[in-house]
Parts: sequence; C-alpha cells; structure tokens
Amino acid sequence: MKELISLYWAFFRIGGLTFGGGLTMLPMLKYELVEKNGWVTEEELIDCYAIGQCTPGIIAVNTATFVGYKKRGVIGGIISTLGMISPSIVIITLIALCLEQFMDNVWAMTRTDGGTRCGMCTDAQYGGNIGKKEPCFACLLCDLYCRIFSIHVYGSSADCHCTCIGCFRNYTGNKEKGGKS
Amino acid sequence: MSNFLDLFISFFKIGLFAVGGGPATIPYLMDLTTTRDWFTMKELTNMIAISESTPGPLGLNMATYAGFTAAGVWGGLIASLGLVFPSVVIIILIARFLKDFSENKYVKLTFFGIRPAVTALIAMAVFNLCKVSLFIEKEGAMVPAFKTIALAVVVFVLMQNQKLKKMHPGIWLLFAAVVGVVFRF
Repeated sequence: MKELISLYWAFFRIGGLTFGGGLTMLPMLKYELVEKNGWVTEEELIDCYAIGQCTPGIIAVNTATFVGYKKRGVIGGIISTLGMISPSIVIITLIALCLEQFMDNVWAMTRTDGGTRCGMCTDAQYGGNIGKKEPCFACLLCDLYCRIFSIHVYGSSADCHCTCIGCFRNYTGNKEKGGKS
Repeated sequence: MSNFLDLFISFFKIGLFAVGGGPATIPYLMDLTTTRDWFTMKELTNMIAISESTPGPLGLNMATYAGFTAAGVWGGLIASLGLVFPSVVIIILIARFLKDFSENKYVKLTFFGIRPAVTALIAMAVFNLCKVSLFIEKEGAMVPAFKTIALAVVVFVLMQNQKLKKMHPGIWLLFAAVVGVVFRF
C-alpha cells in the first residue's frame, strides 16, 4: 500500500511539473524514477520510452504504466497512470472553467475604453478583498501564471491579468459582484 | 448518458490509434470538429495553445479540455480516461510478455537496436525545440533570440555542477520562469 502511494505521488509530481509532452518529461522521469527512488535503471527507462513511442497512446502514460507494472503488477500500472493524469485533469478543468468566465468578462469589459478599463477592473475586483482583509490566493496564483507564460488572450497582458483576477474572484467568492455584467 | 459513452468511445479510439504521443492526436481531434458538434476548429486551436503552456502531457491536456468543452467537468474526466484506457491495457500486455521473454536473445537484440534509435528521436525533438525556443520569426526570417539563448547557456553550464545536477528539474523551470518575468523575455 505504501509503495502504491509513493508510485502515485511520484507520477503525480512528474505529470504536474512537465510542460509540453512525453519527450520533455525525460529529465523528470530520470530524476524521480532512477535517481530518487531507484525503481528502474537508466537503461530500463530508455526501453520503457522506446516501447512508449512505438505503441499507440501518449508516451507519458505508456511510460507510467510500464514502470508501475514493473514495480507492482497490474494495480501498480493503473495507479501510476492515474497519478500521471490527475494533475492534468485538475489543472485543465480549472483553466477551462476559468476561461468560460474569462470570456464573459472580456465582453463586459470591451464597453469601456483602454486605460480606465484596467483600473476599474482592478479596483472592482480587489475592492471586495480589501474590505474583508483576505488576500485572494487564487487571484495571485492566476496572475502570476499569466505573467509567467504571458498569456495574451485579449489585449495586453495587463488587461489579461485584470480579467483573470476578475474571473477568479467570481469563482472563489460572491458571484453577484462584478464579472458577469 | 449516451453523450458520455460517445465521448469515451471517441477518445478510446484516439488512444488506440494515435502512435507517437500527444501531437499525433491532433489530426484525430480535427476530425472530431467535423463529425461531432463538441467543439469548433477555433476552439481546438485555443485548446492546443493552452495545453502546450500548462503542465502535464500534451495529449492528455487536450483530451481533458476537449471533453470539458463537449460535456463539462465529467466530460473532461471521461475523455481522459477513454484516452488512457487502451494504453494501459496494451502496455500491461507488452510488459507481461517482456517479463517472460526478457532473457530471450531476440528480445535483447531488438532493444539493442531500439536504444540508439530512441536517442536519435530525442535529439530530433531537442533540435525542433531549439528552433522554436531560441529563434524568433521576424519578417519571414529566423532571427536568434539572444536573451533566451543566454538563459539556455546559463542553465546548461550551471547543470554541469555535480551538486546542482541533483536538484529537482522543476526548480530549473521555476528559476527560468522567474528570470523570464524579471527580464521580460
């Protein structure tokens, strides 16, 4: 049981920290599976990789199943795969939820003009928070995320960061305030 | 209910036939834009962009996203499970076979040949990544982006250090992300 949990957790970390796809995952796989846990040797990992490449399905999942099976049989393979896919499902679902709100906000905001739009939005969205003295952690995270990956979905990144805060405000708290107007 | 079943079967098929990882699933998803009314071509391009810039394997991110667009939170979950289901079954069968035949001469020889080929494939991926990340396209010509090249060189040199090498690779990504914000790449 303990080993299954550590399998799940190791693949959860790999899935949650790699950007791109199966190929960019190699350094992370090597770190977690070969160096840290010693579940497979480096040669075995390359073999897993080779098999993952030439069998149908996405490489990351193929590798996870393979290593999991090697350690703990069928259950191990399933648990490792679930670990690998969990972060993706959670993150993408959150973003997709956020983007739906986001688009509503964008349309609401196009009615006002450039400069004021930004300020108004920030004021409106932060306003609720200042009153309650609870900084919205999700807002900050989303803001940081947008800055790091400079997601320019609409206009400048400044606009984007405001809208993002807006949509997360809507999601994390009082839905009647701001946003969907 | 039948919609969920349709989602599961569609993504099951993609998982069964797309050989070569995430990018190989894109043509199948394009196909879905015409055969089903789950998402449009424009939504699909958004999905690809977002899947590329979020953590996790590309193919899986796209499946979750596509499933979500088609049928909400449960749709995302079902599409992802559908995508990975064939992989899990196929790989477990192969792994079981290899366990019994791992000492077999021909199996060993096969892997002897496969390893260098995989190395070449990874090198090819690195080459393609360099083209995207170290150069900017300006008026049709490829111009080297010196800031990014400098960052890549710095990380590469730092990683030669034995102690730094043992750090979690995620820390390097975080470091690079911070540098990107501070120096506005």
